[in-house]
Amino acid sequence: MTTDSEFQQYRERLKCSFDQLEDCFDDCIKDALRNLSNDGIEDYLSGASLVCMIGRGFEPVLDYLEGMPGIAHQLGEENLKLISQAVWDMSRTPNGNSIPPFMQCLPEASRRLGSSEQMQHFIEIIFAMMHATTGSIHGHHTTFPSPGLPDLLQQIPFLLSQLSLEGLKNWIEYGVRNYNDHPERQRDYFTLQSADSKAMLQRERHGTLYMDHERQLDLYLRSMWKQEEYLVPYSPGFDELRKPQPYFDKLGMRIPDVFDESNGVSGINRYRIVLAHMAGHKRWTERQIADNLAPFQRVAVELFEDSRIEALTLREYPGLKKYLLALHPVPIEGSCDNKNESCVRHRLAMLSRAILDENHDYKNPVILEYVEKFHDTLKDSESSTKDMLMLAISFTAKTRVQSDQLPKVRFENTVVDYRDDNRHMWVFIEENDEAEDIEQKPQQSDQEELEGLPPRHYHEWDYNTSSYKPDWVTLYESLHPPGRSADIDKILEKHSALANYLKRILDLLKPQHYVRQRYQEEGSELDLDVAIRSLIDFKSGAQPDPRINMSHKHDGRDFAVLLLMDLSASLHEIPDGSSQSILELSREAVTLLGWSIEQLGDKFAIAGFHSDTRHNVRYHHIKGFSEHWDDPVKSRLAAIEAGYSTRMGAAVRHASHYLEGQKADKKILLILTDGEPADIDVSDEKLLIEDTHKAVEELSAKGIYTHCISLDKKADDYIQDIFSANGYTVIDHVEKLPEKLPQLFMSLTV
Amino acid sequence: MSNQDRHIDIAQYKIETEPYYETMGDEVALYEAAYDARMPVMIKGPTGCGKSRFIEHMAYKLGKPLITVACNEDMTASDLVGRYLLDANGTRWLDGPLTTAARIGAICYLDEIVEARQDTTVVIHPLTDHRRTLPLDKKGELIAAHPDFQLVISYNPGYQSLMKDLKQSTKQRFTGLDFDYPDAKVETSIVVKEAGIDEETATRLVKIAHTARHLKGHGLDEGISTRLLVYAATLMNKGIQAKSACKMALVTPITDDKDIRDTLIHSIDSIFA
Repeated sequence: MTTDSEFQQYRERLKCSFDQLEDCFDDCIKDALRNLSNDGIEDYLSGASLVCMIGRGFEPVLDYLEGMPGIAHQLGEENLKLISQAVWDMSRTPNGNSIPPFMQCLPEASRRLGSSEQMQHFIEIIFAMMHATTGSIHGHHTTFPSPGLPDLLQQIPFLLSQLSLEGLKNWIEYGVRNYNDHPERQRDYFTLQSADSKAMLQRERHGTLYMDHERQLDLYLRSMWKQEEYLVPYSPGFDELRKPQPYFDKLGMRIPDVFDESNGVSGINRYRIVLAHMAGHKRWTERQIADNLAPFQRVAVELFEDSRIEALTLREYPGLKKYLLALHPVPIEGSCDNKNESCVRHRLAMLSRAILDENHDYKNPVILEYVEKFHDTLKDSESSTKDMLMLAISFTAKTRVQSDQLPKVRFENTVVDYRDDNRHMWVFIEENDEAEDIEQKPQQSDQEELEGLPPRHYHEWDYNTSSYKPDWVTLYESLHPPGRSADIDKILEKHSALANYLKRILDLLKPQHYVRQRYQEEGSELDLDVAIRSLIDFKSGAQPDPRINMSHKHDGRDFAVLLLMDLSASLHEIPDGSSQSILELSREAVTLLGWSIEQLGDKFAIAGFHSDTRHNVRYHHIKGFSEHWDDPVKSRLAAIEAGYSTRMGAAVRHASHYLEGQKADKKILLILTDGEPADIDVSDEKLLIEDTHKAVEELSAKGIYTHCISLDKKADDYIQDIFSANGYTVIDHVEKLPEKLPQLFMSLTV
Repeated sequence: MSNQDRHIDIAQYKIETEPYYETMGDEVALYEAAYDARMPVMIKGPTGCGKSRFIEHMAYKLGKPLITVACNEDMTASDLVGRYLLDANGTRWLDGPLTTAARIGAICYLDEIVEARQDTTVVIHPLTDHRRTLPLDKKGELIAAHPDFQLVISYNPGYQSLMKDLKQSTKQRFTGLDFDYPDAKVETSIVVKEAGIDEETATRLVKIAHTARHLKGHGLDEGISTRLLVYAATLMNKGIQAKSACKMALVTPITDDKDIRDTLIHSIDSIFA
């Protein structure tokens, strides 16, 4: 037993003179003595002295004294020094306000992290964030505290429950990178209020994410259960006492949005088991009337029915048994105290385990009896929910004890998390006032007719991190407002000489449907002219030409081309030596191109785009693949206007989804632009160039060939970085564009 | 040239042993009636469901020679009808399979006819109506079909693109039989018989096939065919573990889509415990 004088000795070694300390020191040091070695006590006291010296009041000292024994016990005593030093370092920066939340998050963090190395890594991550976000005025002295750090520290317990340390690092770095110069946004991000903060979090989550496996799960239901269900994910309530459970109703099946591996069963298999169980209910369960049953009886009926569904599922798919055995809890017989707590759930879970696992070691005669009854009922048939109901009622009657009524219910080892909540099983005849039944007012539908299509979101490539920013760009597509189609006809008249010239080339290009290929060694038919010549050669002793056959080849053009026009403000410029703006020249060029492609009969679409920050990329539909070169198309083309900036990546990705839908041997995206990709909300010039490059790569992976026609004489500096070496043409004399563009197109497609 | 058919060895086209075929419905009776009238027949159905086997079986049953042509896109009319070849003395005419069949009175079976281009298939028209003749315009000969001659075509309406379809004028010269995968019971007995495997395993294999067939149109162009089931069963008979055999015969060949593969592998895993 430690005496008062010994306490006094320890107290003297702690150099700290807060009055409040006297009240609590004894308790703290007792805790420390229980958990720490002698050296540890030494570190503990000197660490506390250090924390006291930072001059941040009593609170950090108390947090340290109270929290550290536990942490040191859990992770090792070297953490005593590590953390006091970290607190000291933090106090040397303007971030003193973050010290209390830092101290407060440590106990939870240590539980989650589990090792000293992890803890060190964690502190490094926090400090990296702190250094990156602490502001300075003239570059050398850091003077402003980090706006996001206190908020971040407050979120740490939640974040660590969701993310691995690596994921946490990525999540923090993303916030620092994108919101470092915007204190309010930074706070929104680190308090988990902004949308992309949540999106990033979702992406970094550990475990098997629903959103990554949606298709697989659909396929699973379809292939193995022949069911088509709408799957709706919900967030598992990590901070709620009452965990949400899977369930299904008319609107679809609700399943958690993430599953970690559990007891050797991978996340995807856990999903499959959950779906299999619900699909089984859909197939075999009949609804029962709930009004006549007491709550306990209902619980028992649900359990028997769940076991029946499992038995039938295993009959169909015996291979699932190993997963069920791994996931089903194993209640320990006799662990529930009948006198002080309610054992209803415990008893039922034992029964359910015994039904599932024939190698169970339960001795309770009633449970064994009912396991047998259960198997008998299902022996030769599928049985029915009704049978289960009868079985359950008699089981409840037989096993019921007074203590079942107790408010303290034993939950340990009774939660079968792959089972749904069975709400589909019951019909209530009498009205009740549950919230779901209160009639909701039908939502008013939007009166306004939407002008364009609903916005689409595209990710954007960030070369700094080699990762995509999820749903970063918002793109709106709409029909381009019409102008006067006669203007376009005028352009054709103006260029009638060029048009005639093009027409001659076009006639040569027009597909000849059946072409003879002569001089083939192997072919479908004998080419008599050549054969006779060869024979003559042969007979006269000369070397005969063996290529005496001919074959026929189908020669068709099968192209789908989408022309994407950059409609940014710079198109208003009038290049040197020309009397027309680039916009007018582009319009003429596209007119001639559109006209000539219509002659060729290739599939052809035209669209324009410009952008005003990432929140507003406009994609104008001018001509669709199925539209002909007629007045509506011409009038839209006549009305094109230039404005805003050039965020090319999103437009390219959007255009590609139209090309993907086309059936053609070759798909080509032509981009007509007068400058490099840029936008007013991006200061890093390279960012959008790299993003566009990435978009072009994505397209080529989909088999779409991209070709850029640049009107920027200085394009050589960057264009090769975006499009590959042969993927672009720079037109130096813009005034020649109307002539060049159709020619270029033809040379590309011959 | 009229004595050319003497050089044709009819025996090579005869089917000597009875090909195993499990009747699914009244298709045998229907076919026999059609053959009786020498009516052209088209057989539609997914791949590996027994179309070719059925024709072999019928040819055996009727005791007629069978000439099978696997059609492909590069096939031309002369590949069917025949062509001139060179030899030391000049040119020599060589009959194509269709001509041969018309001469000797065989059943000519054009497998996967839609793979051939539409203009190629037009050459069969005169053989398929009341004329029953085949003009060899290059040779200047008009062949009147042998009284036993019958034309059968097959195709799979499932996976071909819209471009690959028969012309209406071709379609309307045929009577049609629809084939599909046999029902579970028949299919099980087919697998048992063909691969010599126990019924229990065969039932499970058929179950796997059914899970895959539900995915048709959702990433799979075709479900697992009966033929593949027989392959899987044969592999298992050779001592290969059930799961590996299924993966090799049932999963790898039919898709490269990772999600579908994972789903199928899971279904194999849960069916073969």
